[in-house]
Amino acid sequence: MQEANAVTKDGLGLVVTKEFKFAEPPGELPLDCGEKLGPITVAYETYGELNREKSNAILVLHAFSGDAHAAGWHEGDSKPGWWDEMIGPGKAFDTDRYFVICSNVLGGCKGTTGPSSVDRATGKPYGIDFPLVTIPDMVQVQARLVDHLGIGRLLSVAGGSMGGQQVLEWLVSFPERVQSALVIATAAKHSPQQIAFNEVGREAIMSDPNWNNGQYYDGEQPVRGLSIARMVGHITYMSDASMAEKFGRRTGGNGHARPFGRGFEVEDYLHHKGLTFVDRFDANSYLYITRAIDDYDAGKGGTLAAAFKGLEARVFVISFKSDWLYPSYQSADIVRACKKAGVDVSYYDVSSTYGHDAFLLEVEEQSVLITSFLRKVTEEGEGI
Amino acid sequence: MTSDHGTIAHNAVIGWVEPGSSVLELGCGAGDLLARLVKERSVKAQGIEIDDGAVFACIEKGLNVLHEDVDEALHDYGDQTFDYVIFDQSLQRVVRQPDLVLQEALRVSRKVIVGFSNFAHYRARGQILLRGRTPVTRSLPFAWHDTPNLHFLSICDFRDYCDSRGMAIEQSVFFGSKGITRVAPNLTALTAFFLISKFYEACG
Repeated sequence: MQEANAVTKDGLGLVVTKEFKFAEPPGELPLDCGEKLGPITVAYETYGELNREKSNAILVLHAFSGDAHAAGWHEGDSKPGWWDEMIGPGKAFDTDRYFVICSNVLGGCKGTTGPSSVDRATGKPYGIDFPLVTIPDMVQVQARLVDHLGIGRLLSVAGGSMGGQQVLEWLVSFPERVQSALVIATAAKHSPQQIAFNEVGREAIMSDPNWNNGQYYDGEQPVRGLSIARMVGHITYMSDASMAEKFGRRTGGNGHARPFGRGFEVEDYLHHKGLTFVDRFDANSYLYITRAIDDYDAGKGGTLAAAFKGLEARVFVISFKSDWLYPSYQSADIVRACKKAGVDVSYYDVSSTYGHDAFLLEVEEQSVLITSFLRKVTEEGEGI
Repeated sequence: MTSDHGTIAHNAVIGWVEPGSSVLELGCGAGDLLARLVKERSVKAQGIEIDDGAVFACIEKGLNVLHEDVDEALHDYGDQTFDYVIFDQSLQRVVRQPDLVLQEALRVSRKVIVGFSNFAHYRARGQILLRGRTPVTRSLPFAWHDTPNLHFLSICDFRDYCDSRGMAIEQSVFFGSKGITRVAPNLTALTAFFLISKFYEACG
């Protein structure tokens, strides 16, 4: 813990997750699927101070397995928040200048209402009786949180991967509330390949007997299914080059060869990632959220350019050359839609070998890019 | 081209651009010209550039820039999206299909500014004629094996081209070794800049 304490002095230090509750019946939130949901709890964190004009708020949106804890340290934790290298005093999302908000998504399992939450009507966890939620539903919930914080217009919305999809949805659903957008390593809609990987993950979970139609909360968890799903996920987050560099064909000294396995380091890594994931993620949330990101189409069945028509926000799209899960062409498609719609846009395709993980790992380059972009947006907002 | 020379040439280009207009520069490099246009002419600027480091530099300058290939860059823009499209040395260096891209440029903008190195400068002619060598001059300072230039053209070539495509030359300025040159530019100019438009627009 000593090392952790040393770091906390430089960054945001200790932070706490807060809760916002709304949609108390009869004021439930209408969802895309036609059902209503309430009450809803939203877990969120904020960093920095909201200025008097309320013009310095940035909403950061987490990726698939992320949570509201984007930066700083929780008491007793050995690791800081998932984007701590980017958020804090003097960092890209500079908390000396900006008020940064991050919340857990609807359907998640990190404090915001989801399938593992207790359904007030039955006194038991929802399980698969939880309504199907969508990316637009998640964004509606975030908008209510932003209302609750007294903020009309966000200086920026930023996110990678699934977070990037939510950024696109903010632009489409609330164009007047977004001054700028950082769209990182994402797609306006999933390709068949992306859906295919998610389907393997879902199938792994649902074919685990412990999944039990989603009713496992008072018994054995579907550990095997969820960890296999996560193993597949991790393969898609890396690249051929990053795997070769990280593992080579080495066999781990402390690895255990499973039947037909050779104890290759990459095997151990995937098993380890799979098993540790089970401790921090809910299998039903996995099903609900992957379904939401597969379903999402920012163009709503039409073209993205049409959906972006009249948009005044300044948009910055970032992709990574070795990302084969969200390949650069999908980012270029978003850029193309901006060009057609006359949207103010910049695009940078970062040279990186980290694959999809790059959006969390390529800190140095992204820091400069994001710092410059936000400075420009702030200056324009102030009429400089 | 030396930076001094670049600055003088940029002064001329900046003089042609109406204040408050919208400008797209293809192959904008590190964005020096665009940054000046924003500062001195309050233009709405967009750059397109393929080189990683140059795009990065543009973003650091706060410019809107797209990291993409110049040849494919114009298709997605609607007609007359911009007031000006600018090529500063990029038509000869990075555009693979200059004819197609120039015509596209005159679709997406009202006017196009093209700056290029003159291959018919008297020193270049001398080197071919007397020494039998591919010319290396101040504006074409590269050996054949490491030149970024894909296309070599002269001032007369460009005028002929504009004639053949119904493009009107509204303005032109030529630079020799001692600054602006007006006499026999195809012989004395190292670099040339043209402001062109579609012929009917220049007349109408």
